[in-house]
Amino acid sequence: MLLLLLGIISLHVAALVLLFVSTIVSVWTTSETTTSDLWINCTLTNGGYQCEPASTGVWIQAVQALMILSIIFSFLSLFLFFCQLFTLQKGGRFFLTGTFQILASLFVMSGAIIYTVMSSGWIQKTDSFGFSYILAWVAFPLALISGLIYVILRKRE
Amino acid sequence: MLTLADLTALNQSQAIVIYTGWERHALVGSDIRLSCSFFSWRWTSEDVTFSWTYRPDGSRDSISIFHYTGGVPYVDNKGPFRDRLEFVGNPGRRDGSILLKNLDFSDNGTFTCDAKNPPDIVGRPSSVRLLVFEKVPIQAGVITGAIIGVVLGLLVLIVAIYYLMRFLVARRVFNLSVRSVPGLCPAALCQPGLQ
Repeated sequence: MLLLLLGIISLHVAALVLLFVSTIVSVWTTSETTTSDLWINCTLTNGGYQCEPASTGVWIQAVQALMILSIIFSFLSLFLFFCQLFTLQKGGRFFLTGTFQILASLFVMSGAIIYTVMSSGWIQKTDSFGFSYILAWVAFPLALISGLIYVILRKRE
Repeated sequence: MLTLADLTALNQSQAIVIYTGWERHALVGSDIRLSCSFFSWRWTSEDVTFSWTYRPDGSRDSISIFHYTGGVPYVDNKGPFRDRLEFVGNPGRRDGSILLKNLDFSDNGTFTCDAKNPPDIVGRPSSVRLLVFEKVPIQAGVITGAIIGVVLGLLVLIVAIYYLMRFLVARRVFNLSVRSVPGLCPAALCQPGLQ
């Protein structure tokens, strides 16, 4: 029982950490000389790295918002899990926790999809996607599975 | 006797600090006022000077476009801003601002203001970058904040509506249960036909 609890919590925390790293470190596209992120674009020039804020386009801001929202919802879901753990009656399901976690995973999915589709407009063909982009895509199924587990789980004494 | 520490302290307290903006956005065809002011420990001298230089984007050379000295402003009459530059500052109030009229895309670049207030002449010129757009772009972070705000607001709204419904339903259930128990109902509230 305790093992199950620990496993669920560690899955949730893993998804949350992936979301954090993906949003903050944010190496979404890389090439030999540039890294382009959600927040800044850096170019390697003769004088070192030269960074400027990311373009003020509508879509990149939407991706920023969706990543931040997914982090917020995942946090709320973790908090609600601990609340419901102590207040739910026996046999009850963690619907609220599961809902928030599933919503978080949907936000990450939307953010990653929007970035994939619109990225042709702001990166060149020679750039490849960086590890933060991959982390975002990995965080999506982790969060989804975690949310589904919460929905299925029943509280036992 | 003045030691080295005293001298550096003296120098630092007498450095002139120049303020311009960091970046300015403007639409094609509009006018823009580039402000420049300075801070100095000394009174504003009569020999105060302001000078503006312009470096186009992608170029390495700067060209001088404005100079104020001896109480007289000298505007650019040969360079890229001839007939488009006007001095709108007030040197007595330490303001050396200039007005650029009828902007074009070729005016993108960096404008540097250098002010001197003798004997306070040690200081760094300050630069402001001008960006000319066809239409004003959306500020960074506006849409991000809007999306986050709307979603969180909806969340709060849904939670509030849920609790409100629960409260209303509970109150209605309480009213009904109170009415169904005979001894519990005050006469005024339990008249048949009064719902």
